[in-house]
Amino acid sequence: MTEHRRVLIIGSGPAGLTAAIYTARADLAPLVIEGEISSTSDQPGGQLMLTTEVENFPGFPQGVMGPELMTAMRAQAERFGAAFLTAKASAVDLSERPFGIWTGDRSTEPPAFHADALIVATGARSLMLGLDGERRLLGHGVSTCATCDGFFFRDRKVIVVGGGDSALEEAMFLSKFASSVTVLHRRHELRASKIMQDRAFRNTKLSFRWNCVVEEVLGDDSLQAISVRDVLTGTSETLDTDGLFVAIGHVPNTDLFAGQLEMDAAGYVVTRSGTHTSVEGVFACGDVQDHVYRQAITAAGSGCSAAIDTERWLESVQHQAAAAAGAA
Amino acid sequence: MTARPVVVLTDQSFDEEVKTSAEPLLVDFWAEWCGPCKVIAPVLEEIAAERSGRLRIGKLNVDENLNAARRFEVMSIPTLILFKDGEPVHRVVGSRPKRALLQELEPYL
Repeated sequence: MTEHRRVLIIGSGPAGLTAAIYTARADLAPLVIEGEISSTSDQPGGQLMLTTEVENFPGFPQGVMGPELMTAMRAQAERFGAAFLTAKASAVDLSERPFGIWTGDRSTEPPAFHADALIVATGARSLMLGLDGERRLLGHGVSTCATCDGFFFRDRKVIVVGGGDSALEEAMFLSKFASSVTVLHRRHELRASKIMQDRAFRNTKLSFRWNCVVEEVLGDDSLQAISVRDVLTGTSETLDTDGLFVAIGHVPNTDLFAGQLEMDAAGYVVTRSGTHTSVEGVFACGDVQDHVYRQAITAAGSGCSAAIDTERWLESVQHQAAAAAGAA
Repeated sequence: MTARPVVVLTDQSFDEEVKTSAEPLLVDFWAEWCGPCKVIAPVLEEIAAERSGRLRIGKLNVDENLNAARRFEVMSIPTLILFKDGEPVHRVVGSRPKRALLQELEPYL
């Protein structure tokens, strides 16, 4: 049976949950398809579920733990009547309204939901290196979650790959446990913000390897070393390490909308005049449409915009329908 | 009297509990600061309640009991190790949905 909803939100990070709070308060009874449990950022609550302290979200002078902030946002949305489904959206049909949303097999089942308006808040995920050894040694020295696994690298050597804020954040977190942390970056300077760079350069446990890329992840049952290539000289070298953490950037979670929503070259959903996408009635907010700011607060802000855009659009459609009925 | 479905393990009690458990014992290596561990905890409690008599859950806080974690080479949490007749028979690294977790465990129960 297909259930009808006025507003359906896919994604439950700061963008999705803020959209849920606002549409719920506007009496639109939104349903949030929040994702499924995992150890990656593809889980209810999104990327903040894998962070520790969030120091820059306004209203928390002492900082707040990422998972705590997300639990609070979810509770706030629930309080105003937002409903949650712990599942992954598997397919969407945006070719006609109401839109169809599946959580099961599209080829054998009718859509689980029909929605008058859809808010896309599926976020982004961390890129991996895409090397064989990386996948094989996940949980055996290779980690996707510094905050979960840093503890096990007490007095050991670790390598962090990347040059942005997330890479330095992970490196500094790991320096609390590890004997040494090497940050490996493919360029000769960091992409990270000034304040993060200052902190990183002051941290005595951190060292940097410039102009290097990872070629191979080595080890039988557990990680032993990585092979790196100097991009300037072309020479390769093996670096022994106990741990490998990868923070080389993000990709938007837009596979679900391929061929249905306009996207830019990097795969981010294109939005115009606020949060409107290329399909009328579909709105996008948060990291799925933002590769510039990528902050919890900007995601929350755009989630609010999407909710207001959705509410106004639904009203205008209703108004037009009423006018058409009156004219008939 | 039946054994409690969820038992708290320590470095000291680990071997005894694992060896003497009449049912397969699924040990959850976790810590307070691990987000994904908090997410999987209620799922494990549900499973323990539903499979009572067929499966027990053991909780091992790695912060307080690093020896057991080291012995089983736990380097990422949550890690779940299923012990049967005192021997580790299956290992699950990372959180996952209940359905997927049961699918992985079912062949061993």
